[in-house]
Amino acid sequence: MSENWIEVGKLDDIPAQGARIVETKGGNIAVFRTQDDEIFAVLDKCPHKGGPLSQGIVSGKRVACPLHDWKINLDSGEAVAPDEGCAATYPVKMEGDMIMMSLTANEGCPNS
Amino acid sequence: MKEKLVLVGNGMAGVRTLEELLKLGPDDYEITVFGEEPYGNYNRIMLSPVLAGDKTIDEIMLNDEQWYTDNNIKLHKGKKITEIDRVNRKVIADDGTVEDYDRLLLATGSQPFIIPIPGNDLDGVISFRDIHDVDLMLDAAKEKKHAVVIGGGLLGLEAANGLLLQGMSVTVVHLMDTLMERQLDKPAAAMLKKSLEEKGLHFLMEAQTEAIIGKDQVEKVRFKDGTEIYADLVVMAVGIRPNFELAEKAGIHCERGIVVNDTMQTFDPRVYAVGECVQHRGQTYGLVAPLFEMGKVCANHFAKMGIGSYEGSVTSTKLKVTGIDLFSAGDFTGDENCEELVFQDAARGVYRKLVVKDNKIQGTVMYGDTIDGTWYFDLMRDETDITDFRENILFGQAHLGDSGHGDDNRIAMMSDTTEICGCNGVCKGDIVKAITEKKLFTLDDVRAHTKASSSCGSCTGLVESLLAHTVGGDYSVAPHLKPMCACTEHTHDEVRASIKKNELKSIPAVMDLMSWKTAGCSKCRPALNYYLLCQWPGEFKDDSQSRFINERAHANIQKDATFSVIPRMWGGGTTPEELRKIADVAEKYKVKTVHVTGGQRIALYGLKKDELPGIWGELNEAGLVSGHAYGKALRTVKTCVGKEWCRFGTQDSTHLGIELEKMTWGSWTPHKYKMAASGCPRNCAEATIKDFGVVCVDSGYELHVGGNGGIKVRVTDLLCTVKTEEEVLEYAAAFMQIYREEAHYMERTAPWIERVGLTYVKEKMLDDPEGRKAAAERFLFAQKFAQDDPWEERAKGGEAHEFTPIKKIS
Ligand code: SRM
Ligand SMILES: Cc1cc2nc3c(=O)[nH]c(=O)nc-3n(C[C@H](O)[C@H](O)[C@H](O)COP(=O)(O)OP(=O)(O)OC[C@H]3O[C@@H](n4cnc5c(N)ncnc54)[C@H](O)[C@@H]3O)c2cc1C
Ligand code: SF4
Ligand code: FES
Repeated sequence: MSENWIEVGKLDDIPAQGARIVETKGGNIAVFRTQDDEIFAVLDKCPHKGGPLSQGIVSGKRVACPLHDWKINLDSGEAVAPDEGCAATYPVKMEGDMIMMSLTANEGCPNS
Repeated sequence: MKEKLVLVGNGMAGVRTLEELLKLGPDDYEITVFGEEPYGNYNRIMLSPVLAGDKTIDEIMLNDEQWYTDNNIKLHKGKKITEIDRVNRKVIADDGTVEDYDRLLLATGSQPFIIPIPGNDLDGVISFRDIHDVDLMLDAAKEKKHAVVIGGGLLGLEAANGLLLQGMSVTVVHLMDTLMERQLDKPAAAMLKKSLEEKGLHFLMEAQTEAIIGKDQVEKVRFKDGTEIYADLVVMAVGIRPNFELAEKAGIHCERGIVVNDTMQTFDPRVYAVGECVQHRGQTYGLVAPLFEMGKVCANHFAKMGIGSYEGSVTSTKLKVTGIDLFSAGDFTGDENCEELVFQDAARGVYRKLVVKDNKIQGTVMYGDTIDGTWYFDLMRDETDITDFRENILFGQAHLGDSGHGDDNRIAMMSDTTEICGCNGVCKGDIVKAITEKKLFTLDDVRAHTKASSSCGSCTGLVESLLAHTVGGDYSVAPHLKPMCACTEHTHDEVRASIKKNELKSIPAVMDLMSWKTAGCSKCRPALNYYLLCQWPGEFKDDSQSRFINERAHANIQKDATFSVIPRMWGGGTTPEELRKIADVAEKYKVKTVHVTGGQRIALYGLKKDELPGIWGELNEAGLVSGHAYGKALRTVKTCVGKEWCRFGTQDSTHLGIELEKMTWGSWTPHKYKMAASGCPRNCAEATIKDFGVVCVDSGYELHVGGNGGIKVRVTDLLCTVKTEEEVLEYAAAFMQIYREEAHYMERTAPWIERVGLTYVKEKMLDDPEGRKAAAERFLFAQKFAQDDPWEERAKGGEAHEFTPIKKIS
């Protein structure tokens, strides 16, 4: 897996409680930064009707989808109950202030 | 070591408290529960439908034993606590089981009152309180014929109806001359009695039971006047008594119930009590809604959050007898200072009475068609001044101008496939199924599970009625003052007041001081951002991450994640130059759809986010700026051509509209805000369904407020007529400012005015010219900081991170 790591950008390129997208051939990946500077990468496609999660409001470790307000957990990609569904997540890590991401989705989500 | 919490009484209030506690602090306590009944926790309310054969015991279980295991709760079922040793902090059960506690919760419910007459202990004399009683009744119904129910109240009638459906011949014996005298007035009670007689029940009114006769088993009931009737089964349903024997024995202060304070604490600070067993501010309660409110407050204190307080409840009643619709709440008899509004249609079997004092509803009784029950109840609880719609109030909320989902909303008669929620396509059957299968209690639960009522909200009343109809009681009753959202206990008004008083100037500051339970959510953060911005114009630094995407990106997001662009067209007017520019831009950016909006301007659809700053820059070249079609902000000011061209025009409505728009554009408001100016009463600009509308007349300008099209059409109220354009502008600014300062976030002017009353708005706008002028000035001051075109800023490179990917991988 580790050979897949790519540089995404600096921590400060993403506003706290916000997201930026990485455009890939396989679709956009949303890279989120929480209030506590945790970073998560999630496929930018809501499990409900494909809404762009990167455009949602980030509170704690959740994002509210901008289209119909489903809440998605950033760490697992899973929708908060009672909604059901899951968006693929991607490994991320920090090297200094550089955000690194792998393009190989984490296992566990049928959507990946 | 975790603290130990022991609950005595495995009923509705106690377990509800635990559920609330588990939500707040799942690991705070080691929990033990004692229940005298040999089951998990069930929905006592639903015993009536079980008796009537509509439900089974399995269907009414709320928490089976697995739930206790899953939550690490030790359940001692079938064990009754007989002693509390407060010195050593132990409870002792009838079988000798002993448990220690650090905190104790008493939720021992009530006991049915048994009339002290000879024969009350014979076999076949029972009450109606628990599963055991229902089992006895169902068994009796199999072999026996004659049932006598003593008591013509809620419980007695539900028991009688059930036994009748089980095939028994049933006589209801009642001491008074009307049924349910504590909930119904005479006309409604008479209608009820007639319907129940038609179903086959017999009544003996004003009959005082003297003795129950029989050897071992009941045979007859005898009355004071000497008459006797046959009985194989006697159900006593004459009332309940709070069950506080255990507490009293332990030396805890009790009067008519266990006395508790506003945090549900008894006189022993380690001991709390909730439910029917308590007496709070002199009141005892016998319905679940207040008990659930108590549970919430109590859990809050167990979780050491220390902010909830229980201040008593207003309750309402429904009768769970299929085919009978009745609703009652509050004081429905009134005193000499009250007025009665009555509507009666004997042919349709409909009766409604409202008791009104100082133009506020004190109580209501409804029979036959109860769809407006929840509305009246809300008006009563919120103490809304009804002066402005009093003449129509008896016809129901549908007649206040709702053209959409108004009529024929009789829940019971709807088929399962009737669509209730038009936004999400949810049918009656889906909702009922979710409520029963998933055991939902509140409107929020139903929204979360079915999506019904979660979008535009126009079906909320219907969903509430369905909920009441399906679960029976008054589950749908929301707490007296609704918190902003699940993140806080505070109401919108409390938050606004605190921002002002404590000079809070950032979202984290508000959340800190007001003990937010979470990091906020997509409901409260935009609201807080708005409240701060409105309170501290020029000072507060807008938190764009707390704004919905449309407002953050200054364009409307579409279902395919593209955006639309709608430039302002002042007062609905445009020029060839602007149109040419729009055409050029539409071609250059390959815009998929060009649409003339409902707001008199042109929208371009299907733009990618990173194209937005570019297209804005080009539109700016022709002087086109943001139309804020995406914002809780001033939207459009529609106009007609007015006296400049129209043969009927009385004033220059186009010019006036443009002036209004120039003054107000860029302003953020609690919800979107629309205006219009029509040149004469033909009203071609539809000014009377706008938040602020002007209808020009020969003598000046009529000012109309609080209208909207949309989900529930509301026609404006006429505020006043003024003579000059300057006055129009002053009134417009003042009205908008008062709305900005006082409405709840996401509340349009229409519901705001319905909540506070037109009279209130008139007082501020008309009776207090100084206040009005000051409000207008505050508005103009705030506008100094609001009138920068957000598109121009971004076209020049502002907020670039918002519009560009952080990386592209080809
Ligand atoms: C674009 C437009 C439709 C069109 O192509 O004509 C439109 C589009 C939307 N309207 Fe509207 N409304 C548009 C004119 C209207 C009108 C007509 C008017 O303004 O005279 C009304 C009824 C009048 C009124 O508001 O009182 C209207 C009543 C609504 C409502 C119901 C509001 C209510 O209080 O009941 C909503 C829902 C809401 O705001 O929660 C809504 C919501 C929406 C939203 C924002 C739905 C959403 O959240 O995505 C739509 C955004 C589409 C988009 O991205 O552009 N739209 N909408 C119109 C833009 C007008 C403009 O130039 O700014
Ligand atoms: C047939 C029926 C229909 C009803 N319909 C409605 C309705 O439509 N709407 C509405 O709002 N309300 C209705 N109610 C009232 C509602 O059910 C009660 O208000 C509610 O159940 C009270 O909750 P509670 O927890 O205080 O008491 P309970 O639910 O009675 O729970 C108390 C529990 O404590 C146990 N207990 C008592 N003492 C001890 C002890 N010493 N040790 C161990 N355990 C003990 C009892 O066995 C009982 O299980 C109805 C009630 C009945 C009986
Ligand atoms: S534009 Fe308005 S009416 Fe049309 S679908 Fe969207 S919200 Fe509904
Ligand atoms: S697409 Fe995300 S909630 Fe509907």
